Amino acid sequence: MATAPLLAEARELELAEPLALDCGQRLQGVRIAFETYGRLDADNANTILIFHATTGDQHVASINPRTGKPGWWDRMVGPGKPIDTDRFFVLCANVLGGCMGSTGPSSLAADGAPYAMRFPVITIRDMVRAQVALLDSLGIERLHAAAGGSMGGMQALSLAANWPDRVERVLAIAATATMGAQNIAFQEVGRQAIMADPNWQGGHYYGTGKAPDAGLAVARMAAHITYLSEASLTEKFGRRLQDRTQKSFGFDADFQVESYLRHQGLSFISRFDANSYLYITRAMSYFDLAEEHGGRLAEAFAATTARFCVVSFDSDWLYPTEVSRRLVHGLNAAGAPVSFVELSAPFGHDSFLLEVPALDRVVRGFLDQ
Amino acid sequence: MRTLRPDLEVIFSHVAPGSRVLDVGCGDGVLLAALRDERGCDARGMEIEPGNVAECVAKGLSVIQGDADKDLTFYPDDSVDYAILSQTLQTTHRPDKVLEELLRIGRRAFVSFPNFAHWRVRLSLLWGGRMPVTRLLPVAWYETPNIHHVTVDDFRALVGKRGIRVERAWFLTGDKRTSAAAANFRAEHAVFLLSR
Repeated sequence: MATAPLLAEARELELAEPLALDCGQRLQGVRIAFETYGRLDADNANTILIFHATTGDQHVASINPRTGKPGWWDRMVGPGKPIDTDRFFVLCANVLGGCMGSTGPSSLAADGAPYAMRFPVITIRDMVRAQVALLDSLGIERLHAAAGGSMGGMQALSLAANWPDRVERVLAIAATATMGAQNIAFQEVGRQAIMADPNWQGGHYYGTGKAPDAGLAVARMAAHITYLSEASLTEKFGRRLQDRTQKSFGFDADFQVESYLRHQGLSFISRFDANSYLYITRAMSYFDLAEEHGGRLAEAFAATTARFCVVSFDSDWLYPTEVSRRLVHGLNAAGAPVSFVELSAPFGHDSFLLEVPALDRVVRGFLDQ
Repeated sequence: MRTLRPDLEVIFSHVAPGSRVLDVGCGDGVLLAALRDERGCDARGMEIEPGNVAECVAKGLSVIQGDADKDLTFYPDDSVDYAILSQTLQTTHRPDKVLEELLRIGRRAFVSFPNFAHWRVRLSLLWGGRMPVTRLLPVAWYETPNIHHVTVDDFRALVGKRGIRVERAWFLTGDKRTSAAAANFRAEHAVFLLSR
Protein backbone atom coordinates (compact mmCIF):
# COMPACT_ATOMS: atom_id res chain seq x y z
CA MET A 1 0.00 0.00 0.00
CA ALA A 2 1.37 3.37 -0.94
CA THR A 3 1.39 5.95 1.78
CA ALA A 4 0.59 9.54 1.04
CA PRO A 5 3.67 11.71 0.79
CA LEU A 6 4.44 13.25 4.13
CA LEU A 7 3.65 16.92 4.34
CA ALA A 8 6.90 18.63 4.96
CA GLU A 9 7.23 22.32 5.30
CA ALA A 10 10.29 23.71 3.55
CA ARG A 11 11.55 26.86 5.18
CA GLU A 12 14.51 29.15 5.20
CA LEU A 13 16.04 31.39 7.81
CA GLU A 14 18.56 34.16 7.50
CA LEU A 15 20.51 34.72 10.70
CA ALA A 16 20.34 38.33 11.88
CA GLU A 17 23.65 38.06 13.69
CA PRO A 18 26.95 37.00 12.12
CA LEU A 19 27.99 33.45 13.01
CA ALA A 20 31.26 33.30 14.97
CA LEU A 21 33.23 30.36 13.60
CA ASP A 22 35.94 28.18 15.15
CA CYS A 23 38.48 29.56 12.66
CA GLY A 24 37.98 33.02 14.14
CA GLN A 25 35.99 34.51 11.29
CA ARG A 26 32.46 35.85 11.59
CA LEU A 27 30.20 34.83 8.75
CA GLN A 28 27.56 37.39 7.77
CA GLY A 29 24.11 36.69 6.42
CA VAL A 30 24.07 32.95 7.02
CA ARG A 31 21.04 31.27 5.51
CA ILE A 32 19.74 27.96 6.75
CA ALA A 33 17.39 25.85 4.65
CA PHE A 34 15.36 23.43 6.73
CA GLU A 35 12.25 21.29 6.79
CA THR A 36 9.79 20.61 9.55
CA TYR A 37 7.38 17.75 10.04
CA GLY A 38 4.60 17.42 12.56
CA ARG A 39 3.56 20.00 15.12
CA LEU A 40 5.37 21.75 17.90
CA ASP A 41 3.44 21.07 21.12
CA ALA A 42 2.24 23.78 23.47
CA ASP A 43 5.27 23.69 25.76
CA ASN A 44 7.84 23.46 22.94
CA ALA A 45 9.11 20.16 24.29
CA ASN A 46 8.60 17.67 21.47
CA THR A 47 11.24 18.64 18.93
CA ILE A 48 13.58 16.07 17.43
CA LEU A 49 16.43 17.61 15.49
CA ILE A 50 17.83 15.30 12.83
CA PHE A 51 21.30 16.00 11.53
CA HIS A 52 22.11 14.72 8.06
CA ALA A 53 25.27 12.91 6.97
CA THR A 54 28.08 14.17 4.70
CA THR A 55 26.15 14.37 1.46
CA GLY A 56 22.64 14.35 2.89
CA ASP A 57 20.23 17.24 3.03
CA GLN A 58 17.16 18.60 4.78
CA HIS A 59 14.81 16.37 2.79
CA VAL A 60 14.80 13.72 5.45
CA ALA A 61 11.36 12.35 4.63
CA SER A 62 10.06 14.39 1.73
CA ILE A 63 10.59 13.95 -1.99
CA ASN A 64 14.01 15.34 -2.82
CA PRO A 65 13.41 18.06 -5.44
CA ARG A 66 16.75 17.45 -7.15
CA THR A 67 16.54 13.68 -7.45
CA GLY A 68 12.80 13.09 -7.30
CA LYS A 69 13.50 10.30 -4.82
CA PRO A 70 12.04 9.81 -1.33
CA GLY A 71 13.88 11.44 1.57
CA TRP A 72 17.04 9.78 2.82
CA TRP A 73 15.45 8.63 6.10
CA ASP A 74 11.95 8.14 4.82
CA ARG A 75 11.84 4.70 6.37
CA MET A 76 12.58 6.11 9.85
CA VAL A 77 10.69 9.40 9.89
CA GLY A 78 6.95 9.79 9.39
CA PRO A 79 3.53 9.18 10.93
CA GLY A 80 3.73 6.05 13.09
CA LYS A 81 7.36 5.45 12.16
CA PRO A 82 10.14 5.14 14.77
CA ILE A 83 10.64 8.92 14.65
CA ASP A 84 6.93 9.53 14.79
CA THR A 85 5.82 12.81 13.24
CA ASP A 86 2.38 12.35 14.79
CA ARG A 87 4.05 12.87 18.17
CA PHE A 88 7.20 14.79 17.47
CA PHE A 89 8.04 18.02 15.73
CA VAL A 90 10.88 16.93 13.47
CA LEU A 91 13.39 19.42 12.23
CA CYS A 92 16.14 18.83 9.67
CA ALA A 93 18.38 21.53 8.23
CA ASN A 94 20.94 21.56 5.48
CA VAL A 95 24.38 21.93 7.08
CA LEU A 96 26.43 25.08 6.96
CA GLY A 97 28.79 24.61 4.01
CA GLY A 98 26.18 22.57 2.15
CA CYS A 99 24.67 23.15 -1.25
CA MET A 100 20.95 22.57 -0.75
CA GLY A 101 19.99 26.06 0.33
CA SER A 102 22.11 26.71 3.40
CA THR A 103 25.09 29.03 3.10
CA GLY A 104 28.10 27.31 1.61
CA PRO A 105 30.93 27.92 -0.83
CA SER A 106 28.53 28.18 -3.78
CA SER A 107 26.52 30.94 -2.05
CA LEU A 108 27.03 34.53 -2.98
CA ALA A 109 29.30 36.58 -0.77
CA ALA A 110 28.69 40.26 0.00
CA ASP A 111 30.35 41.26 -3.28
CA GLY A 112 27.76 39.33 -5.29
CA ALA A 113 30.18 36.60 -6.42
CA PRO A 114 30.17 33.06 -5.06
CA TYR A 115 32.42 32.54 -2.04
CA ALA A 116 34.21 29.57 -3.66
CA MET A 117 37.45 29.15 -1.71
CA ARG A 118 36.92 32.42 0.10
CA PHE A 119 34.39 30.52 2.22
CA PRO A 120 35.92 30.01 5.66
CA VAL A 121 36.96 26.51 6.69
CA ILE A 122 34.23 25.31 9.03
CA THR A 123 34.02 22.64 11.69
CA ILE A 124 31.35 20.23 12.83
CA ARG A 125 30.84 22.55 15.80
CA ASP A 126 30.22 25.44 13.40
CA MET A 127 27.56 23.39 11.62
CA VAL A 128 25.90 22.78 14.98
CA ARG A 129 26.30 26.44 15.93
CA ALA A 130 24.23 27.38 12.89
CA GLN A 131 21.53 24.91 13.91
CA VAL A 132 21.49 26.21 17.49
CA ALA A 133 20.86 29.65 16.00
CA LEU A 134 17.98 28.08 14.09
CA LEU A 135 16.58 26.62 17.32
CA ASP A 136 16.88 30.05 18.95
CA SER A 137 14.94 31.64 16.14
CA LEU A 138 12.20 29.03 16.44
CA GLY A 139 12.02 29.49 20.23
CA ILE A 140 13.05 25.91 20.93
CA GLU A 141 15.04 25.98 24.15
CA ARG A 142 15.43 22.26 24.69
CA LEU A 143 15.20 19.35 22.28
CA HIS A 144 13.43 16.13 23.08
CA ALA A 145 16.22 14.53 21.08
CA ALA A 146 19.00 15.09 18.58
CA ALA A 147 19.67 12.24 16.20
CA GLY A 148 21.87 11.40 13.28
CA GLY A 149 23.95 8.79 11.52
CA SER A 150 27.58 9.17 10.51
CA MET A 151 28.39 12.90 10.31
CA GLY A 152 24.86 13.49 11.62
CA GLY A 153 25.76 11.53 14.74
CA MET A 154 28.89 13.62 15.17
CA GLN A 155 26.81 16.80 15.10
CA ALA A 156 24.42 15.34 17.67
CA LEU A 157 27.41 14.57 19.93
CA SER A 158 28.85 18.02 19.37
CA LEU A 159 25.53 19.57 20.35
CA ALA A 160 25.47 17.62 23.62
CA ALA A 161 29.10 18.47 24.36
CA ASN A 162 28.97 22.17 23.55
CA TRP A 163 25.36 23.09 24.29
CA PRO A 164 24.63 20.59 27.06
CA ASP A 165 21.41 22.22 28.22
CA ARG A 166 19.79 22.16 24.79
CA VAL A 167 19.16 18.45 24.43
CA GLU A 168 17.64 15.63 26.49
CA ARG A 169 18.43 12.62 24.34
CA VAL A 170 21.22 12.01 21.87
CA LEU A 171 21.11 9.24 19.31
CA ALA A 172 24.43 8.70 17.50
CA ILE A 173 24.38 5.95 14.89
CA ALA A 174 27.49 4.69 13.08
CA ALA A 175 29.38 7.73 14.29
CA THR A 176 32.55 8.60 16.16
CA ALA A 177 33.76 11.19 18.64
CA THR A 178 37.14 11.41 16.94
CA MET A 179 37.90 11.12 13.25
CA GLY A 180 40.55 8.45 12.81
CA ALA A 181 43.51 8.39 10.45
CA GLN A 182 41.95 5.95 7.99
CA ASN A 183 38.88 8.13 7.56
CA ILE A 184 40.93 11.31 7.24
CA ALA A 185 42.88 9.46 4.56
CA PHE A 186 39.76 8.57 2.57
CA GLN A 187 38.49 12.13 2.91
CA GLU A 188 41.81 13.41 1.57
CA VAL A 189 41.57 11.09 -1.44
CA GLY A 190 38.19 12.60 -2.25
CA ARG A 191 39.43 16.16 -1.94
CA GLN A 192 42.53 15.48 -4.01
CA ALA A 193 40.40 13.91 -6.75
CA ILE A 194 38.39 17.12 -6.97
CA MET A 195 41.36 19.46 -6.80
CA ALA A 196 43.28 17.45 -9.40
CA ASP A 197 40.48 18.03 -11.91
CA PRO A 198 41.58 20.97 -14.12
CA ASN A 199 37.97 22.11 -14.21
CA TRP A 200 38.20 22.82 -10.50
CA GLN A 201 40.16 25.98 -11.38
CA GLY A 202 41.31 26.65 -7.86
CA GLY A 203 37.69 26.40 -6.74
CA HIS A 204 36.49 29.30 -8.90
CA TYR A 205 34.55 27.27 -11.41
CA TYR A 206 31.15 28.86 -10.79
CA GLY A 207 29.85 30.56 -13.91
CA THR A 208 32.62 29.21 -16.12
CA GLY A 209 30.48 26.49 -17.65
CA LYS A 210 33.00 23.92 -16.44
CA ALA A 211 32.86 22.16 -13.08
CA PRO A 212 35.15 19.46 -11.64
CA ASP A 213 32.58 16.78 -12.39
CA ALA A 214 35.12 14.05 -13.10
CA GLY A 215 36.97 14.74 -9.85
CA LEU A 216 33.79 14.88 -7.80
CA ALA A 217 32.55 11.65 -9.38
CA VAL A 218 35.80 9.87 -8.48
CA ALA A 219 35.58 11.26 -4.94
CA ARG A 220 32.06 9.86 -4.68
CA MET A 221 33.05 6.50 -6.13
CA ALA A 222 35.86 6.07 -3.60
CA ALA A 223 33.68 7.21 -0.72
CA HIS A 224 30.80 5.02 -1.82
CA ILE A 225 32.97 1.92 -1.49
CA THR A 226 33.66 2.84 2.12
CA TYR A 227 29.93 3.03 2.83
CA LEU A 228 29.36 -0.58 1.79
CA SER A 229 30.72 -3.90 2.94
CA GLU A 230 32.69 -6.44 1.02
CA ALA A 231 29.93 -8.96 1.62
CA SER A 232 27.24 -6.67 0.23
CA LEU A 233 29.33 -5.80 -2.83
CA THR A 234 30.05 -9.46 -3.43
CA GLU A 235 26.43 -10.42 -3.07
CA LYS A 236 25.17 -7.59 -5.24
CA PHE A 237 27.77 -7.83 -8.02
CA GLY A 238 30.29 -10.57 -7.49
CA ARG A 239 32.43 -10.75 -10.64
CA ARG A 240 29.41 -10.49 -12.91
CA LEU A 241 29.91 -8.65 -16.19
CA GLN A 242 27.86 -5.66 -17.27
CA ASP A 243 25.70 -6.25 -20.39
CA ARG A 244 28.33 -8.49 -21.99
CA THR A 245 29.40 -12.08 -21.95
CA GLN A 246 33.15 -11.55 -22.18
CA LYS A 247 35.70 -9.12 -20.90
CA SER A 248 36.38 -6.38 -23.43
CA PHE A 249 40.15 -6.27 -22.98
CA GLY A 250 39.67 -2.54 -22.69
CA PHE A 251 38.80 -0.05 -20.00
CA ASP A 252 35.06 0.08 -20.32
CA ALA A 253 32.96 -0.80 -17.32
CA ASP A 254 33.25 -4.56 -17.88
CA PHE A 255 32.15 -5.46 -14.38
CA GLN A 256 28.77 -4.65 -12.92
CA VAL A 257 30.42 -3.17 -9.88
CA GLU A 258 32.35 -0.75 -12.11
CA SER A 259 29.20 0.29 -13.90
CA TYR A 260 27.41 0.73 -10.58
CA LEU A 261 30.16 2.96 -9.18
CA ARG A 262 30.27 5.06 -12.34
CA HIS A 263 26.54 5.52 -12.05
CA GLN A 264 26.90 6.53 -8.39
CA GLY A 265 29.55 9.08 -9.36
CA LEU A 266 27.48 10.52 -12.20
CA SER A 267 24.26 10.84 -10.26
CA PHE A 268 26.15 12.51 -7.43
CA ILE A 269 27.55 15.36 -9.55
CA SER A 270 24.03 16.36 -10.57
CA ARG A 271 23.07 17.02 -6.96
CA PHE A 272 26.23 18.11 -5.17
CA ASP A 273 28.71 20.96 -5.32
CA ALA A 274 32.39 20.00 -5.40
CA ASN A 275 33.50 22.82 -3.11
CA SER A 276 30.83 21.87 -0.58
CA TYR A 277 32.34 18.39 -0.65
CA LEU A 278 35.75 19.85 0.15
CA TYR A 279 34.51 21.97 3.04
CA ILE A 280 32.27 19.33 4.58
CA THR A 281 34.88 16.59 4.48
CA ARG A 282 37.43 19.06 5.89
CA ALA A 283 35.10 19.69 8.82
CA MET A 284 34.87 15.95 9.37
CA SER A 285 38.64 15.48 9.25
CA TYR A 286 39.02 18.17 11.92
CA PHE A 287 36.46 16.56 14.19
CA ASP A 288 37.79 15.47 17.57
CA LEU A 289 35.52 16.03 20.55
CA ALA A 290 38.25 15.03 22.98
CA GLU A 291 40.72 17.53 21.55
CA GLU A 292 38.09 20.26 21.87
CA HIS A 293 37.86 19.46 25.57
CA GLY A 294 41.39 19.23 26.83
CA GLY A 295 42.16 15.83 25.33
CA ARG A 296 39.75 13.90 27.53
CA LEU A 297 36.55 12.70 25.92
CA ALA A 298 34.85 12.39 29.31
CA GLU A 299 35.40 16.14 29.79
CA ALA A 300 33.39 16.80 26.64
CA PHE A 301 30.35 15.29 28.32
CA ALA A 302 30.97 16.53 31.86
CA ALA A 303 28.15 19.09 31.78
CA THR A 304 25.52 17.13 29.88
CA THR A 305 22.43 15.71 31.50
CA ALA A 306 21.28 14.03 28.29
CA ARG A 307 20.74 10.31 27.85
CA PHE A 308 22.72 8.78 25.02
CA CYS A 309 22.11 5.92 22.67
CA VAL A 310 25.05 4.76 20.57
CA VAL A 311 24.54 2.25 17.78
CA SER A 312 27.13 0.59 15.56
CA PHE A 313 26.87 -2.07 12.86
CA ASP A 314 29.00 -5.18 12.69
CA SER A 315 29.68 -4.77 8.96
CA ASP A 316 30.64 -1.06 9.18
CA TRP A 317 34.38 -0.83 8.67
CA LEU A 318 34.39 2.95 8.17
CA TYR A 319 33.12 3.70 11.68
CA PRO A 320 33.62 0.29 13.27
CA THR A 321 32.19 -0.79 16.60
CA GLU A 322 35.52 -0.05 18.24
CA VAL A 323 35.11 3.71 17.75
CA SER A 324 31.60 3.56 19.18
CA ARG A 325 33.00 1.69 22.16
CA ARG A 326 35.54 4.44 22.75
CA LEU A 327 32.73 6.96 22.66
CA VAL A 328 30.71 4.88 25.13
CA HIS A 329 33.77 4.61 27.34
CA GLY A 330 34.04 8.41 27.42
CA LEU A 331 30.33 8.79 28.17
CA ASN A 332 30.57 6.22 30.94
CA ALA A 333 33.54 7.96 32.45
CA ALA A 334 31.48 11.15 32.47
CA GLY A 335 28.69 9.28 34.25
CA ALA A 336 26.25 9.94 31.42
CA PRO A 337 23.36 7.49 31.04
CA VAL A 338 24.28 5.63 27.89
CA SER A 339 23.01 2.67 25.94
CA PHE A 340 25.11 1.00 23.33
CA VAL A 341 24.34 -1.78 20.90
CA GLU A 342 26.17 -3.26 17.97
CA LEU A 343 23.54 -4.40 15.51
CA SER A 344 24.07 -7.08 12.93
CA ALA A 345 23.40 -5.83 9.40
CA PRO A 346 25.05 -6.71 6.11
CA PHE A 347 25.16 -3.29 4.47
CA GLY A 348 28.29 -1.74 5.97
CA HIS A 349 28.27 1.89 7.06
CA ASP A 350 25.11 2.57 5.03
CA SER A 351 23.19 0.19 7.30
CA PHE A 352 21.82 3.18 9.20
CA LEU A 353 19.91 4.22 6.08
CA LEU A 354 18.65 0.79 5.12
CA GLU A 355 16.28 -1.93 6.22
CA VAL A 356 17.50 -2.95 9.69
CA PRO A 357 14.40 -3.70 11.79
CA ALA A 358 16.44 -3.93 15.00
CA LEU A 359 17.50 -0.32 14.49
CA ASP A 360 13.87 0.75 14.24
CA ARG A 361 13.13 -0.89 17.59
CA VAL A 362 16.11 0.73 19.26
CA VAL A 363 15.33 4.18 17.86
CA ARG A 364 11.65 3.98 18.79
CA GLY A 365 12.38 2.69 22.27
CA PHE A 366 15.04 5.25 22.97
CA LEU A 367 12.94 8.20 21.81
CA ASP A 368 9.76 7.01 23.55
CA GLN A 369 11.17 6.67 27.02
CA MET B 1 2.06 -8.46 37.64
CA ARG B 2 5.77 -8.76 37.31
CA THR B 3 7.45 -11.83 38.66
CA LEU B 4 11.16 -11.84 39.20
CA ARG B 5 13.32 -14.91 39.28
CA PRO B 6 13.82 -15.89 42.94
CA ASP B 7 17.45 -14.72 43.11
CA LEU B 8 16.51 -11.43 41.44
CA GLU B 9 13.65 -10.98 43.93
CA VAL B 10 16.19 -11.29 46.75
CA ILE B 11 18.44 -8.72 45.14
CA PHE B 12 15.54 -6.42 44.30
CA SER B 13 14.26 -6.36 47.84
CA HIS B 14 17.67 -5.59 49.34
CA VAL B 15 18.76 -2.72 47.10
CA ALA B 16 18.33 0.57 48.92
CA PRO B 17 15.85 2.88 47.16
CA GLY B 18 17.37 5.62 45.08
CA SER B 19 20.75 3.94 44.76
CA ARG B 20 22.93 3.68 41.67
CA VAL B 21 23.02 0.19 40.27
CA LEU B 22 24.93 -1.59 37.52
CA ASP B 23 23.53 -4.98 36.50
CA VAL B 24 26.20 -6.92 34.66
CA GLY B 25 24.58 -9.51 32.42
CA CYS B 26 21.20 -7.82 32.79
CA GLY B 27 19.45 -9.93 30.12
CA ASP B 28 16.24 -8.28 28.97
CA GLY B 29 16.44 -5.77 31.81
CA VAL B 30 13.62 -7.10 33.99
CA LEU B 31 15.50 -6.42 37.25
CA LEU B 32 16.73 -3.01 36.09
CA ALA B 33 13.23 -1.94 35.08
CA ALA B 34 11.86 -3.03 38.46
CA LEU B 35 14.63 -1.20 40.31
CA ARG B 36 14.06 1.93 38.29
CA ASP B 37 10.26 1.91 38.44
CA GLU B 38 9.67 0.67 41.96
CA ARG B 39 12.82 1.63 43.82
CA GLY B 40 13.69 4.90 42.05
CA CYS B 41 17.17 3.62 41.26
CA ASP B 42 19.57 4.97 38.67
CA ALA B 43 19.71 1.57 37.00
CA ARG B 44 22.21 0.75 34.28
CA GLY B 45 23.21 -2.50 32.69
CA MET B 46 25.69 -4.43 30.62
CA GLU B 47 24.60 -7.30 28.41
CA ILE B 48 26.38 -9.42 25.84
CA GLU B 49 23.39 -10.37 23.62
CA PRO B 50 22.49 -7.59 21.14
CA GLY B 51 18.85 -8.69 21.01
CA ASN B 52 18.57 -8.29 24.77
CA VAL B 53 20.29 -4.90 24.65
CA ALA B 54 17.82 -3.72 22.03
CA GLU B 55 14.97 -4.86 24.25
CA CYS B 56 16.46 -2.98 27.21
CA VAL B 57 16.84 0.19 25.17
CA ALA B 58 13.23 -0.18 24.08
CA LYS B 59 12.31 -0.25 27.80
CA GLY B 60 14.11 3.04 28.21
CA LEU B 61 16.99 1.50 30.14
CA SER B 62 20.62 2.53 29.77
CA VAL B 63 22.34 -0.68 28.78
CA ILE B 64 25.67 -1.19 27.10
CA GLN B 65 26.47 -4.15 24.95
CA GLY B 66 29.56 -5.61 26.47
CA ASP B 67 31.36 -8.58 27.89
CA ALA B 68 31.84 -8.87 31.65
CA ASP B 69 35.32 -10.31 31.06
CA LYS B 70 36.54 -7.35 29.01
CA ASP B 71 34.37 -4.32 29.26
CA LEU B 72 33.99 -3.66 32.98
CA THR B 73 37.20 -1.62 32.67
CA PHE B 74 34.94 1.00 31.02
CA TYR B 75 33.48 1.95 34.39
CA PRO B 76 35.21 4.36 36.74
CA ASP B 77 35.93 3.40 40.37
CA ASP B 78 33.05 3.82 42.79
CA SER B 79 30.63 4.70 40.03
CA VAL B 80 27.70 2.78 41.53
CA ASP B 81 26.39 1.76 44.94
CA TYR B 82 25.69 -1.79 43.85
CA ALA B 83 27.15 -3.88 41.08
CA ILE B 84 24.97 -6.90 40.34
CA LEU B 85 26.07 -10.12 38.72
CA SER B 86 23.17 -12.55 38.57
CA GLN B 87 23.68 -16.01 37.11
CA THR B 88 26.61 -14.74 35.09
CA LEU B 89 29.69 -15.47 37.22
CA GLN B 90 29.88 -19.06 36.02
CA THR B 91 29.85 -17.93 32.38
CA THR B 92 32.90 -15.66 32.64
CA HIS B 93 36.45 -16.60 31.72
CA ARG B 94 37.95 -15.22 34.90
CA PRO B 95 35.33 -15.07 37.63
CA ASP B 96 37.93 -13.89 40.16
CA LYS B 97 38.87 -10.87 38.04
CA VAL B 98 35.22 -10.09 37.37
CA LEU B 99 34.57 -10.08 41.13
CA GLU B 100 37.45 -7.68 41.64
CA GLU B 101 36.06 -5.39 38.95
CA LEU B 102 32.57 -5.47 40.47
CA LEU B 103 33.92 -4.31 43.81
CA ARG B 104 36.05 -1.65 42.18
CA ILE B 105 33.04 -0.20 40.37
CA GLY B 106 30.53 -0.70 43.19
CA ARG B 107 30.91 -0.26 46.91
CA ARG B 108 28.85 -3.40 47.22
CA ALA B 109 28.13 -6.27 44.89
CA PHE B 110 25.33 -8.80 44.65
CA VAL B 111 26.47 -12.05 43.10
CA SER B 112 24.13 -14.95 42.42
CA PHE B 113 25.01 -18.29 40.88
CA PRO B 114 23.73 -21.85 40.61
CA ASN B 115 25.36 -24.12 43.18
CA PHE B 116 27.15 -27.00 41.49
CA ALA B 117 27.30 -28.92 44.77
CA HIS B 118 23.52 -29.15 45.10
CA TRP B 119 22.58 -32.73 45.94
CA ARG B 120 20.82 -33.30 42.61
CA VAL B 121 23.96 -32.30 40.77
CA ARG B 122 26.05 -34.55 42.99
CA LEU B 123 23.69 -37.47 42.47
CA SER B 124 23.64 -37.00 38.77
CA LEU B 125 27.41 -37.04 38.56
CA LEU B 126 27.86 -39.76 41.17
CA TRP B 127 25.24 -42.25 39.86
CA GLY B 128 24.96 -41.20 36.26
CA GLY B 129 28.63 -40.47 35.71
CA ARG B 130 27.52 -37.74 33.33
CA MET B 131 27.65 -33.97 33.51
CA PRO B 132 24.45 -32.97 35.27
CA VAL B 133 21.48 -31.59 33.41
CA THR B 134 19.09 -30.26 36.03
CA ARG B 135 16.36 -27.67 36.38
CA LEU B 136 18.91 -24.96 37.04
CA LEU B 137 21.53 -26.29 34.67
CA PRO B 138 19.30 -27.34 31.81
CA VAL B 139 21.85 -27.31 29.01
CA ALA B 140 24.19 -30.16 28.03
CA TRP B 141 27.90 -29.72 28.73
CA TYR B 142 28.84 -29.02 25.13
CA GLU B 143 26.51 -26.10 24.64
CA THR B 144 26.16 -24.62 28.10
CA PRO B 145 27.41 -21.05 28.55
CA ASN B 146 28.52 -22.10 32.04
CA ILE B 147 32.25 -22.62 31.79
CA HIS B 148 33.25 -22.20 35.43
CA HIS B 149 30.93 -24.22 37.60
CA VAL B 150 31.16 -23.14 41.18
CA THR B 151 29.84 -24.37 44.52
CA VAL B 152 28.77 -22.38 47.54
CA ASP B 153 31.88 -23.52 49.42
CA ASP B 154 34.17 -22.70 46.48
CA PHE B 155 32.74 -19.22 46.39
CA ARG B 156 33.11 -18.74 50.13
CA ALA B 157 36.73 -19.86 49.84
CA LEU B 158 37.45 -17.45 46.97
CA VAL B 159 36.00 -14.39 48.67
CA GLY B 160 37.75 -15.39 51.92
CA LYS B 161 41.07 -15.63 50.17
CA ARG B 162 40.59 -12.27 48.45
CA GLY B 163 39.63 -10.52 51.69
CA ILE B 164 36.16 -9.71 50.37
CA ARG B 165 33.52 -9.21 53.03
CA VAL B 166 30.32 -11.21 52.86
CA GLU B 167 27.66 -8.89 54.26
CA ARG B 168 24.79 -11.30 53.73
CA ALA B 169 24.00 -14.46 51.89
CA TRP B 170 20.75 -16.09 50.82
CA PHE B 171 20.33 -19.66 49.73
CA LEU B 172 17.43 -20.82 47.64
CA THR B 173 15.83 -24.05 46.55
CA GLY B 174 13.28 -23.11 43.95
CA ASP B 175 11.77 -20.01 45.51
CA LYS B 176 12.24 -21.24 49.10
CA ARG B 177 15.02 -20.20 51.43
CA THR B 178 17.35 -22.77 52.85
CA SER B 179 19.77 -22.47 55.77
CA ALA B 180 23.35 -21.32 55.41
CA ALA B 181 24.70 -24.33 57.27
CA ALA B 182 23.69 -26.97 54.73
CA ALA B 183 23.70 -24.60 51.80
CA ASN B 184 26.49 -26.30 49.91
CA PHE B 185 24.38 -29.44 49.77
CA ARG B 186 20.83 -28.11 49.76
CA ALA B 187 20.87 -24.79 47.92
CA GLU B 188 20.20 -24.65 44.19
CA HIS B 189 20.99 -20.93 44.08
CA ALA B 190 23.10 -18.69 46.18
CA VAL B 191 22.98 -14.91 46.42
CA PHE B 192 25.83 -13.09 48.14
CA LEU B 193 26.02 -9.45 49.12
CA LEU B 194 29.70 -8.54 49.12
CA SER B 195 31.67 -5.47 50.04
CA ARG B 196 35.31 -4.46 49.97
